[in-house]
Amino acid sequence: MAAAPPMLRVLEREVVVFRKLWRGTAFSSFVTPVMFLAAIGLGLGGLVQRRTGHVGGVSYLAFVAPGLLAASAMQTAAGSSLWPVMAGTKWVRTFHAVVATPLRPADLYGGTLLWVGLRATAAAGAFLLVAAGLGGIPSPWGILAVPAAALGALAFAAPLAAYAATQDTDLTFPVIIRLGVVPLFLFSGTFFPISQLPPWLRPVSVASPLWHAIELCREATTGTPHWAAAAGHTAVLVGCVAVGWRWGTYTFARRLTP
Amino acid sequence: MCAPPLVQGRALTKRFGTYVAVDNIDFSVGRGEAFGFLGPNGAGKTSTMRMIGCVSPVSGGELRVLGMDPALQGASIRSRLGVVPQEDNLDTELTVWDNMVIYGRYFGLPRSVIRERARELLEFVQLGERRHDRVDPLSGGMKRRLTIARALINQPELLLLDEPTTGLDPQARHLVWERLYQLKLQGITLVLTTHYMDEAEQLCDRLVIMDRARIVAEGSPRGLIERHSTRDVVELRFVTTEERLAAMPRLDGTGERVEMLPDRILVYTGDGDGTAEVVARDGLGPASVLVRRGTLEDVFLMLTGRTLED
Repeated sequence: MAAAPPMLRVLEREVVVFRKLWRGTAFSSFVTPVMFLAAIGLGLGGLVQRRTGHVGGVSYLAFVAPGLLAASAMQTAAGSSLWPVMAGTKWVRTFHAVVATPLRPADLYGGTLLWVGLRATAAAGAFLLVAAGLGGIPSPWGILAVPAAALGALAFAAPLAAYAATQDTDLTFPVIIRLGVVPLFLFSGTFFPISQLPPWLRPVSVASPLWHAIELCREATTGTPHWAAAAGHTAVLVGCVAVGWRWGTYTFARRLTP
Repeated sequence: MCAPPLVQGRALTKRFGTYVAVDNIDFSVGRGEAFGFLGPNGAGKTSTMRMIGCVSPVSGGELRVLGMDPALQGASIRSRLGVVPQEDNLDTELTVWDNMVIYGRYFGLPRSVIRERARELLEFVQLGERRHDRVDPLSGGMKRRLTIARALINQPELLLLDEPTTGLDPQARHLVWERLYQLKLQGITLVLTTHYMDEAEQLCDRLVIMDRARIVAEGSPRGLIERHSTRDVVELRFVTTEERLAAMPRLDGTGERVEMLPDRILVYTGDGDGTAEVVARDGLGPASVLVRRGTLEDVFLMLTGRTLED
């Protein structure tokens, strides 16, 4: 069969759906973070600027832009790997139709992640342009924040999609958002350096994949790469994807081909 | 049969933990045949179908589909199968047309081929007019027809249908049967499960009756009726229970077998009209006498019992 690799065939379906429903998606993954950037980066940033001057050597806008970039990629990833997987396995059962074709559960899982990665890349790219226009991206290295944010998105999507395939209902999903995604969004160095946190809380932030994604993005956009640290952050994120991948190929197979 | 069977199971078994869903069954399906798995809910029909469809690993025994081993060549087998599942799993975010196109892409078919086939297949299931509609508002019968059309996009040699008409109204059922019959005439091998006896009689050349994970009988619908039941059945209804009880001993010997039910007496006989005459002569005074042909339902109830199992 001389055709696209199996994972891309899964992606094709997402593209067809997206062409019809892109407005809502674009709003949540692009317009919302831009509004945050305007309100926090410019509004609150103006106040910060007047009191303390700079945060970590850059303007507050430049500090918060990479934080919002990575954090909104995480939110997009969480939203599009929990409920859509539940729809595929339980609600609409489309995944069951897919595995009746030559595609395997692992192709479906991989295609789901690929789609999250693509969307995160597109959203991050658009956000980066706006942030740069506002003066929030001082370094041309900033372009590297796009793949960094996408990698961060996958670090969340891989385990969350794997987990979603183990569930019979979506009861736990809002809990994951409220007790996982939202606290990470607030306390992983998005809006202020984690050195501001009480010492006992700092290790929690460091354990959060989002902190690693934000640090990676921030080193890129502010043009202050610490190569060893960047390699460490990348390794953590790749590790999350790898662990998620192993788990996800297992949970998808167990759910769809018992 | 000289050609090798299209599907063959030997001592085929499926376990989920300690629960045995399919217990040591043997069967084979020849090319061009319409083969049925008949049985009550929970008999193991769907588990068997899922193993044939290569979406459920075999726990024991041997299974060959299109001459291949599902454990080793699942994807190759699936590329030549069409599957109509028990529960509709059409993509509700797509239109009728896109459901066909995207499904074709899962098989890796080129778009031009898909377009041509999708047009023909939607006409075949009488959904040509609805191609731009969304799937959700379609009726149950239309959704089932669309699922059948979708399953044919890869021109399968073998079509698996799990309870193809459950939940459909009579018109929709007959339309589906008629379309499936057309497919059979085109040489497509059909394997279906059903708990509707009339469906099995309409569609199947050969069938097995499953009960509690095992196969309890096998044959053609006619053959099964001849072997396990009788050509005719005479149904006698009485006004009161006392009359029914009184009639029972006097019916001994009127047929090959007499069965008393809470509301009527069934006399299984080779000659229904003859038996009805005897009953009339004896002056048993039933309120009504119905002579009918023996059906698969009689065979089925006789083999799997009348008690409800859930």
